[in-house]
Amino acid sequence: MGSNGNTSSITINLNGNDVDVPAGINLVEAAAIHGTEVPHYCYHPQLSVAGNCRMCLVEMGNPMRDRGTGEPILDENGVQKIGWIPKPVIGCGTNVTPGMHIKTESSMVTDSREGIMEFLLVNHPLDCPICDQAGECRLQEFATDYGRGYSRYVERKNVKPKRTRLGPRVTLDDERCILCSRCIRFCQEVVDDDVLGFVDRGSFSTLTCFPGKELSNNYSLNTVDLCPVGALTSTDFRFKMRVWFLKESPGICTESSAGSNILVSSREGVIHRITPRRNDSVNDSWMADSGRELYKSVTNEKRLLTSSVESQKCDLSSAINSAVTFLQDKKLGIVGSCHSSLEEQYLLTKLAKTTKAKKFLRGHFGDDDGILVSADRTPNLRGTLVTGFSTKYPTDDLTEISEAIDKKSISTLLVVGEDLFNSGLTPDQLKGVSIIYIGTHENATSSRANVVLPSLTSFEKSGSFINRSFRLQKFKQAVPGPAGLLPDLHIIASFLNALDQEKEQTSDIVSIWKQLSKSSTNPLHKIKYTDIPQDGIQLDSTRWSDLDFVEKKAMHFSPRKLNKVTQN
Amino acid sequence: MIKKSTPKERRIILKHADDPNYSNKIDCYLKNGGYSVLKKAFAMKPEDIGEEVLKSGVRGRGGAGFPAGMKWKFLDRKSGKPIYLICNADESEPGTFKDRQIMYKDPHQLIEGMMIAAYAIQAKQSFIYIRAEFFEGARILERAIEEAKEKNLCGDNILGSSFCCDLVVHRGAGAYICGEETGLIESLEGKRPNPRIKPPYFPAVLGLYQCPTIVNNVETLCNVKHILEMGGDEFAKLGKPNNTGTRIWCVSGHVKKPGYYEFECGALTLGEMIYDVCGGLLPGRSLKAVIPGGSSSKILRADERFTGKLKDGTEFDWGIDDIPLDFDGPASAGSMSGSGGIIIMDDTVDMVEAMANINAFYAHESCGQCTPCREGSLWMRKITKRMCSGHAREEDADLLLSVANQIEGRTICAFGEAASWPTQSFIAKFRDEFELKAKNDHSKPTLQLI
Repeated sequence: MGSNGNTSSITINLNGNDVDVPAGINLVEAAAIHGTEVPHYCYHPQLSVAGNCRMCLVEMGNPMRDRGTGEPILDENGVQKIGWIPKPVIGCGTNVTPGMHIKTESSMVTDSREGIMEFLLVNHPLDCPICDQAGECRLQEFATDYGRGYSRYVERKNVKPKRTRLGPRVTLDDERCILCSRCIRFCQEVVDDDVLGFVDRGSFSTLTCFPGKELSNNYSLNTVDLCPVGALTSTDFRFKMRVWFLKESPGICTESSAGSNILVSSREGVIHRITPRRNDSVNDSWMADSGRELYKSVTNEKRLLTSSVESQKCDLSSAINSAVTFLQDKKLGIVGSCHSSLEEQYLLTKLAKTTKAKKFLRGHFGDDDGILVSADRTPNLRGTLVTGFSTKYPTDDLTEISEAIDKKSISTLLVVGEDLFNSGLTPDQLKGVSIIYIGTHENATSSRANVVLPSLTSFEKSGSFINRSFRLQKFKQAVPGPAGLLPDLHIIASFLNALDQEKEQTSDIVSIWKQLSKSSTNPLHKIKYTDIPQDGIQLDSTRWSDLDFVEKKAMHFSPRKLNKVTQN
Repeated sequence: MIKKSTPKERRIILKHADDPNYSNKIDCYLKNGGYSVLKKAFAMKPEDIGEEVLKSGVRGRGGAGFPAGMKWKFLDRKSGKPIYLICNADESEPGTFKDRQIMYKDPHQLIEGMMIAAYAIQAKQSFIYIRAEFFEGARILERAIEEAKEKNLCGDNILGSSFCCDLVVHRGAGAYICGEETGLIESLEGKRPNPRIKPPYFPAVLGLYQCPTIVNNVETLCNVKHILEMGGDEFAKLGKPNNTGTRIWCVSGHVKKPGYYEFECGALTLGEMIYDVCGGLLPGRSLKAVIPGGSSSKILRADERFTGKLKDGTEFDWGIDDIPLDFDGPASAGSMSGSGGIIIMDDTVDMVEAMANINAFYAHESCGQCTPCREGSLWMRKITKRMCSGHAREEDADLLLSVANQIEGRTICAFGEAASWPTQSFIAKFRDEFELKAKNDHSKPTLQLI
């Protein structure tokens, strides 16, 4: 959570042990730092405190002082007495104070948790066998710890709507809802789109959209992630897969330069969903709905699956060989990509150096939504700066090439991912130009290319990106690519090896990083790929401070200002 | 034993309530010396008024009995934010009907009290939050405020004192929870009346619109006027130490003369109230139980003995008739004087039915914000309803008690806890009736294993 640079720590007593915790945090966080879980539903570190689930009740006491004199009251051993509060207090809404005593395992606490757990379950449908949340459900988890194992409830359960469409992507099962209000607070506080609320009262309270509104903002699926139970479900993922079959790999969202951290969930090589991964320096715990759809491109019908030379299908090695012949053209141009990983951009820069080719780059820009979809719609524009592929800020087209063609200084183009024909170039201009295309999907350029080399999506390879705030973050291969396809790194390394037989270029990321981090003028200096932490490394960006980045003020991540509980 | 004479009422707040020649118009109020105390107040420093209220020892008449002067002391005056005064007129505790009498019959008394209080705490905006069902009350108050504004007794530059305080009547929408002060504040802000978590949202610091706010009951605010009129020390002589002033008791149930009665605190016992003031029980009936302070307070059984030590150290051994009617008396007997709603039950009452009635109220009125009250109150209602419809089980008494115990002490607001107190006390004192229900019944649902 937002530390204000104030990291003073205080000592509290947690279950009989004195421990140090940062000042000003709440009891749930304080206990978590020391490995003690305080179960909770409504509390979320990045939302305001509601205090309504009552699951995080703990026993709390403060050192006693004489009310008149302010002197500490001591017991017979000369130790300051603790004034235990006779009722449990909520851990989420209570902040630590020096000398505070907390019990998270006492009989009062266990008794409270068991009571709350029973109450939460009396009107819950207990339909875990058909519930999407099963396996990642907080209700299930804490029921194992604090549930009764049988029900004392012989009355009829409440009946509520089972499949309410809240918006285009979210379906609600009201019977499962435990009314924690996380989704309501998320929409109000993070997205600033007040659409959800409760109607009716007491146990009949029901979550719903306000009249005439629907949950259609581009962050609606975060409510599904936030929901501690199976009430809010993703319409896309609903009833498709049991979560325990899913393998989760850490990835980076390629939708924009925000670089939201994600988890890619797959089973047997097929991706089933994308969810956000918490990184407080980048995306808190959120991501845009649009970014979650990106995995669908993996199995898109436009996916390039076979290499070809002059529109004739061939195997990859012969395609690479014929590409190498084209690359020997002295009038070579290389069109790099802001979608490529840092390592790919580095090898491409190297290739440009070896072949003395001209380098071109196109940016892809859109509107900034003020949250996690930034104006730069590529994940790694800053990578092209750091690797030296480009020294200036790209424009949203490639008209520079047409000038070079007009000057007859280009007769061959190696294109990575971009489509020349929607970048300001016409088929006529490119008539005499040979094109080698490396990319994942068909486009007008691949149809026109002399050599087509299919490559892998960011879900099928590992690497790193540099996001809008110059944060270096790595992503891991989630699924294997289609049979016979190699990553860009292999393809470019083969080019380099064919063109310069003296120095062997490896396509191994760790080895490439040894070369990348050699230069002391580069911000990547001395960084080892294996040492890049899961939440990334902030790079020094002063060198590029005079560039006019499209993100403008949104360049650095700033969490929404929350109306958090503050105790004075 | 010599029969004492019937205790005499001491009407201060309800002085004119039953006077056929008295009306709720401002002329009548002014004729009877109205608004003279407000003039007196403006001659004083605001903080001195607060001191008088503190000296008077007046305790809140809404239910919790917290000293009003102390509440004012907690007000955060240094924040620089506006200060608000709210009159809690959401009188909705079952068995209570005192504020209604004041508002309907003597609205200007409340307005005068509020203007004095607003001046004392320097509030420029004040509200009367009135329960939805008091249609007529809201109309009367609105008219009264108009009258007061015309006579420059409310609004801008009151009585030429340069003090301004607007007064607005805000009608609720029919929810018991709006009587909880933070729930009331949320409702006044236009939101769902979910009570706030405390800490940090104590109204005196972070109240209406996150500004310092004082919320007082109708009767309490009327008392402010009388405190200032007679002086804090003089007011403190009414009643008993720590139980100062008069209280309006609302007696309902099986007595001959139910109604509202204003007495000095501790001036009479529960027995005197029932048998002397209210004319005793109906012919041929005997007393079974009393709920002394609105439905939330714990029930007292007619044949119980209450023993223990009072705060001043004196030991007591009371029967139900001996319980003094003040703040501490019912509290010493393990219940509370609450909002002053005394409910008398005679031997014709089926305790399980009575319990079912109370539980239905709390299940209907739970706001649904926090888990224990939301689920617990409805569960208790379902159990007692089932018991009354011929499906009681032996284990139901224990189950009810267990559910109630799981609510107590774990809710956001005191109203949540209040939902559990009736059940706890009914089971503790009338367990035999709950168990008897099971014995007399036929088809019983069995325990459901999952």
